[in-house]
Amino acid sequence: MSKPKNAVILTVILAMVIGLAPAATPQDAIRIAYIDPLSGPFAATGENGLNQFRYAAAAINTAGGVLGRKLELVPLDNKVSPQESLIQLKKVVGDGIQFVFQGNSSGVAHAISDAVQKHNERNAGNRILYLNYSAVDPALTNDKCHYWHFRFDAHADMKMAALTDIIQANKNLKKIYVLGQDYSFGKAVAEAAVGMLGKKRPDVQIVGNELHPIGKVKDFSPYIQKIVASGADAVITGNWGADMIGLAKAANDGGLKVPFYTYYAASDGVTAAIGAAGVDRIRLVHETHPGNPIPPKALSNYITGYRTLHPQNDVNQPRIHTGLNMLAQAIKRAGTTDPDKVAAALEGMEYTTLGGDTVVMRRDDHQLQMPIYISVHTNKGIKHDFDASGFGLSLESKVERDKATQPTTCKMQRPS
Amino acid sequence: MLQIAFFSVLNGLVYGMLLFMLSSGLTLIFGMMGVLNFAHAGFYMLGAYFAYSLGLYLGFWPALVLAPLLAGVAGAAVERFGLRRVHRFGHVAELIFTFGVALLIEEAVALLWGRPAKTYEVPAVLDFTLFRAFGSSFPAYKAFMLLVAVAIFLFIVAILTRTRAGLIIQASLTHPGMVAMLGHNVPRVFMIVFGIGSALAGLAGVIAGPVLGTFPGMAQVLGSIVFVVVVIGGLGSLTGAFAASLLIGIVQTFAVALDVSVGDVLMALGTPASASAALHDVWKVTVAQVAPIMPFLLLIVVLMVRPTGLFGTRET
Amino acid sequence: MSTPAPATARPLAVGRVARTGRLRAYAPWLAAAVVLVALPHVIRTPVAVPIMNQMGIAIVFALSYNMLLGQGGMLSFGHAVYFGLGGFIAAHALNLAGRDGLYLPVPLVPLVGGLGGLLCAVVFGSFSTMRAGTVFAMISLGVGELMAASSLIFDRFFGGEEGITTNRAKAPLLFGLSFTRDGEVYYLIAFWVLVAAAAMHAFSRTPIGRMANAVRDNPERAEFIGYSQRSVRYVSFCAAGLFAGVGGGLFAVNYEILTAENMGLTASGAVLLMAYIGGVGTFMGPVIGAVVFTFLQSMLSDYTGIWLLYLGVLFLATVLFVPTGLAGFLLLHAPAWRTRRLAGLIGPYLAAAAVALVAAAGVVGLLEMVHFVASAETTRVTKRLFWVSVAPRTLTPWLGFAALAVAGGLGLRWAAPRAAAAFAEANRPEPGR
Repeated sequence: MSKPKNAVILTVILAMVIGLAPAATPQDAIRIAYIDPLSGPFAATGENGLNQFRYAAAAINTAGGVLGRKLELVPLDNKVSPQESLIQLKKVVGDGIQFVFQGNSSGVAHAISDAVQKHNERNAGNRILYLNYSAVDPALTNDKCHYWHFRFDAHADMKMAALTDIIQANKNLKKIYVLGQDYSFGKAVAEAAVGMLGKKRPDVQIVGNELHPIGKVKDFSPYIQKIVASGADAVITGNWGADMIGLAKAANDGGLKVPFYTYYAASDGVTAAIGAAGVDRIRLVHETHPGNPIPPKALSNYITGYRTLHPQNDVNQPRIHTGLNMLAQAIKRAGTTDPDKVAAALEGMEYTTLGGDTVVMRRDDHQLQMPIYISVHTNKGIKHDFDASGFGLSLESKVERDKATQPTTCKMQRPS
Repeated sequence: MLQIAFFSVLNGLVYGMLLFMLSSGLTLIFGMMGVLNFAHAGFYMLGAYFAYSLGLYLGFWPALVLAPLLAGVAGAAVERFGLRRVHRFGHVAELIFTFGVALLIEEAVALLWGRPAKTYEVPAVLDFTLFRAFGSSFPAYKAFMLLVAVAIFLFIVAILTRTRAGLIIQASLTHPGMVAMLGHNVPRVFMIVFGIGSALAGLAGVIAGPVLGTFPGMAQVLGSIVFVVVVIGGLGSLTGAFAASLLIGIVQTFAVALDVSVGDVLMALGTPASASAALHDVWKVTVAQVAPIMPFLLLIVVLMVRPTGLFGTRET
Repeated sequence: MSTPAPATARPLAVGRVARTGRLRAYAPWLAAAVVLVALPHVIRTPVAVPIMNQMGIAIVFALSYNMLLGQGGMLSFGHAVYFGLGGFIAAHALNLAGRDGLYLPVPLVPLVGGLGGLLCAVVFGSFSTMRAGTVFAMISLGVGELMAASSLIFDRFFGGEEGITTNRAKAPLLFGLSFTRDGEVYYLIAFWVLVAAAAMHAFSRTPIGRMANAVRDNPERAEFIGYSQRSVRYVSFCAAGLFAGVGGGLFAVNYEILTAENMGLTASGAVLLMAYIGGVGTFMGPVIGAVVFTFLQSMLSDYTGIWLLYLGVLFLATVLFVPTGLAGFLLLHAPAWRTRRLAGLIGPYLAAAAVALVAAAGVVGLLEMVHFVASAETTRVTKRLFWVSVAPRTLTPWLGFAALAVAGGLGLRWAAPRAAAAFAEANRPEPGR
């Protein structure tokens, strides 16, 4: 190729590359990255989560902010892809953001946690904190724990312990079907279910243990057929997002009437999909008071305020409020946004949630210790419903914090 | 076992007929113009979204009629203003163009309707259980889907074989030059066929939207499978598309229901699976897990062995 | 037409001409090397290095794709399979290097990736390349979807949903060079981009590379002169797979994670977009395409949620109006450059560009406002558009942007024919010479 042609082309390329200077951003605000799906089959979960973060941040900002600075949420779409999340993470680092919240999908959480650990080990002056508000694969605070990761939701084993307790008490259940999404969290749920049921109710038969591709199955009727054919008395599933909606719809269509013990069968469209067919049948294990039948006052006001702003969404992840506020407090106590100092302030911190519970960030593994709630899908006595459907979650039982705690295998390496 | 078989056949039929609604248009377009329309599933998506929006104001039944028409018009426009220009650059350029159209449709839908899924529901009048068998129920809406698909099939066959326009279309399929010389406006015939194919895809979208979900990624979900169907059935052959759709629909639905693993099959055949860890992944693979890739395996095998497909007469 | 050389010209000049000819041939590569080394020192914004790394990987991938499409005429919808598989093999090798002491320093990882890509291309190419055209495209699509779907089945190799992670800090050192920081990885990627591009360029000049062009243009004739079109396609395919694997290895080093997505239709579609927008008819075209695409993907996505829509429009516009791509468009001006008549184009081109920008601003404004109304929460009232705050739920901004679009469109109707006339004028063959 002749020189002039090449020169022109190279100049054009250079011009493009030089245009990489980013627009100036104000340095006043404390910027917090939110890396979660804002498109794709789990967009509804991600967008509602973002709204809840913004709402919680607005409340903190109105009350004066943190160290005199406002909190600013920077949303980044990861499309539930571990890779896309890492690309966003590089942007986060490049932009000088020091705090990252993420929750949707444990698969992504593993990738981010790993990347954050590597980055922090290699760049001692430029660290970031990874605040996990919803990815509940227990491994993240067991083998894969590290100093800069904090989890604000009860992990899958904590929740399964509570679920298997109520199954243990129900002598009518003899055959259980376990169905989940084929990734780390789904596998963790299946393992915990089989293991814990085996210890608490050895007489219960696991008649099915199936994993399906996450976010890909559009028609769950074949799975419903299998559940019916197996003669199961109950179903345990960790499905969330579009997969839970699909499962609920297919269960209704197929006339499946057995109880479901779930992690995420409420809100973001799921409650509306279940509707009347699931009353008193679908149970959920989660981390905050469901708001019904008698909500704690602070929580009730928070929910009402949020619904005024977002009539189509629900406060289905109150742990977002907990997480953001605990971070804010940690920054205040540390007096700086230096991630190492903030992390030191965050470990061991006690906090009182909107629901009135005292939660503690355990030093050993950075897992927030909290009580576990079990609620049932119903339309009786519902003050705060989900999906504007008239149906919602009503509290059935609660496991106190000291009973809900699980041991950890974490060997936390602290920076010197 | 009988319960699973019975419902798998039914569900497989429904899924297969849905695939047929989609692939019939595609195979006609390919047969006519030699272009494999990557954007075909995009018109399926447009049909669903148009029906959702129209349904909010007009109700399900008027939307059922209007939405496919709109999708058809969109298809005709794409042919007239886009494909016709690219036609002279060759088949590869046409494929690339339709790929771009597919991308554009997906992004435009996300722009206009947003990324979260739309609550496009089954109309109340069809939302009941048709019958219960072996402890499980079969919804009436799926029977409705089946009816519409069969009606479409008969409609297409009738038009192609019994009307004058249909005869012209059939002739243009194999001898476009001759048809042009006889005085027919072949480009207009192409545009009409493209429009009808897109309208069929749109109709499939209207019907399938409530069942398979209405979201901007819905075209990608079915897009590849439709190509597989068309290629296996034979490019340009309607009967082939019908046979292949049913085959794939039933095989995939049955596959999900079976928990048999490769190791089990080998054991049954008398050759026990070795316990070596490296191949452990392969032995414990179940038929259900393999279900999503079976159509593609079939595609590759057919393309290698018989590139014209099961019933087709043309290759490219 | 140049005057014929006089019969008394001295033949010894041949040696000197040959030497300066070779210098001219290598100069672009040297210049490129200099530019690549200097770039991170010129552009110092922290976000630039990761993006340049991404661009480097995209360049290698797009160039390898062009071996298939541009040079071989084979449209593939599954090229990402070789990129991804090369990357997975490289990641596993890097993990073995860290764990079991296999001597594989980081700079050699892309080579492992390349070999992995080559191996897979040899296997899949054996049946993929039997036919050309649409059948080839369909088989490539089938293989791509097959591999993407298989990733969930073969957990151990593909890591399931989480993918495979690796750690370049654990690999043995080569000459004491470590590659832990992004800045260090940049130089590694730059090195491999240069090596891979030079190798691919050299391949296109070999007889088999030239035959690939021949098979693209007229397969029957190629057969008549004795080459099997199938073998030529197969070799091209394997070579393209090799370099795609190199790209995959670079990806493994840079991001330290590989997932099934790297092999999927989205990745294959992206490389098609890159190569085509850049221009498949020239060697450098895909380089431009890769840079533009990565630029839009990284920078634009910060400012707007509908960047992929803009990319789609750009792609369609390229297919419809400028099928030779950006590089092709630039090359159209080569004759005018050589005869030094580009000056006359500046005026009309600037005018056309100005009105086109106005029209584009109008259209972009309208699209962004549609996006806002369709997806933003009901409480947000204003949006920052072109450094101005607008309120999309009122009528004024709509009228404003519509006016811009219409004005730009009318201006284009005036300016475009002038630009075309100026171009024709600049290319008019001069009489007598």
